[in-house]
Amino acid sequence: MSFLAGLRYMDRRWIFLGVGLLVLLPLLFSFHIAPVQPSNRARGFYDAIEKVPEGSVVLLPGDYDPGTAAENYPMHLAAARQLMRRNMKIIALALYPAGPPLTDQVLRIAGAEYHKTEGVDYVNLGYKVGNELVMSQMGQSIPKTFPVDNRGIPVNKIPVMKGIQNFQQIRLIVNVSAGYPGTKEWVQQVVSRYHVPMVAGVTAVSAPEYYPYLQAGQLHGLLGGMAGAAEYEILVGAPGLATRGMDAQSLAHLFIAFMIILGNLAFLAGSKKGNGR
Amino acid sequence: MKREIPILITLVSGLFMLLAWFVPHPTVRSAYEGLQNWAIVVVGFTYVLGVANLLRINVRQVSRKERDWPYKIVLLAGILVTMAVGFSEGNHYTDVDSRFQWIYRTFYSPMTATMFSLLAFFIASAAFRAFRIRSVEALLLAIAAFILMLGRVPLGAAIHPAIPAAADWLMEIPQNAAKRGILIGAALGVMATGIRVILGLEKTYGGGES
Repeated sequence: MSFLAGLRYMDRRWIFLGVGLLVLLPLLFSFHIAPVQPSNRARGFYDAIEKVPEGSVVLLPGDYDPGTAAENYPMHLAAARQLMRRNMKIIALALYPAGPPLTDQVLRIAGAEYHKTEGVDYVNLGYKVGNELVMSQMGQSIPKTFPVDNRGIPVNKIPVMKGIQNFQQIRLIVNVSAGYPGTKEWVQQVVSRYHVPMVAGVTAVSAPEYYPYLQAGQLHGLLGGMAGAAEYEILVGAPGLATRGMDAQSLAHLFIAFMIILGNLAFLAGSKKGNGR
Repeated sequence: MKREIPILITLVSGLFMLLAWFVPHPTVRSAYEGLQNWAIVVVGFTYVLGVANLLRINVRQVSRKERDWPYKIVLLAGILVTMAVGFSEGNHYTDVDSRFQWIYRTFYSPMTATMFSLLAFFIASAAFRAFRIRSVEALLLAIAAFILMLGRVPLGAAIHPAIPAAADWLMEIPQNAAKRGILIGAALGVMATGIRVILGLEKTYGGGES
């Protein structure tokens, strides 16, 4: 049996070891294979926030949980940083039950960096059950949909919520989404109905779903997965978790491409040997 | 009557919600909001039902010592302890130093992230074992996969600037065209199903046959 044909029977734990090392080593020993080049989609995301006048009210729904935090969390943090640098008033919320602690963490970190105060400069309204219904209800009244914030404080006692009734007071939606409910539902329920501009940061696997909305102008920018987050971190000027992760992702992608070629070569070698018998 | 009443409720509420979209009168808007609030409460109750069902099924399996029953004890302990801790802390369960947040950070967060990250290992293994280029279509898929995998990371641009450009073209033209078709088809399907539900032609949601 030739070496290639024999590869068909390779223990798959060798493949697992290969992936593990290629992901782990770049994270442990930081080296830069190639610089991150921001795409037009990431620039659109960044520019949309830059175009909003300073001090405007921005909605920041963080619709994800720790399962996709590797992709969503860096873009969420970078977005909070850009919004706070521009002195925006942030109204954050989550339509994923496990989302609010991540939003809290993001706001706390960015808030400390830019000397912002919870309740005055930003608020986390927390989680509300109901998916699209919550979005639709917010169109009628945000204070009625979220009568208290994540800490249980009535929204009428929170300074940043003063004068906020519905989407008319929101200048931009910055959605960080892992799937359903998320970007697609915000576009369908809010952007198309109330014409609020929106940008989205999504997982890589779901990004293709939102290209039609981007091309139609319903989304002004789109960050796809960790690569999108890294591009955005570069634009914000705060390279972080995603930028560090790009070397690991580059090598993992290369390894998977190599595995496809190797798997097919092994298959071909095995088939020829079988035909020859 | 057991079938007719749910169908009647669906018909009336479905038609009302459809018409209320176009009627800005305060009375209609108020009823519209009220119905949406009801829906949110009903969706909230499904979570309670979900937990009750999970407890019922797993307690039964543990008591009968069915397959993998020790893991179900871990599941039951996890859900009951987390709920008890959350309820005992009241409104303070969201505080950074609360015990509920400790459970979230120490158990829930790393475990869910681990489940998702396992995908990388299985995708690599599947790429080696299952991705067979046996036809022209499979070859096209493989070429597109190579371009996208390399074009979406900085390494692609470092190899050749044409790779990210080709990846962008693939995503913005052929992929987008296919996705638009799927989206339009799915939207038409949703509309057709909605009309069938409102008219009582679609009864599977109530446990009956269409």
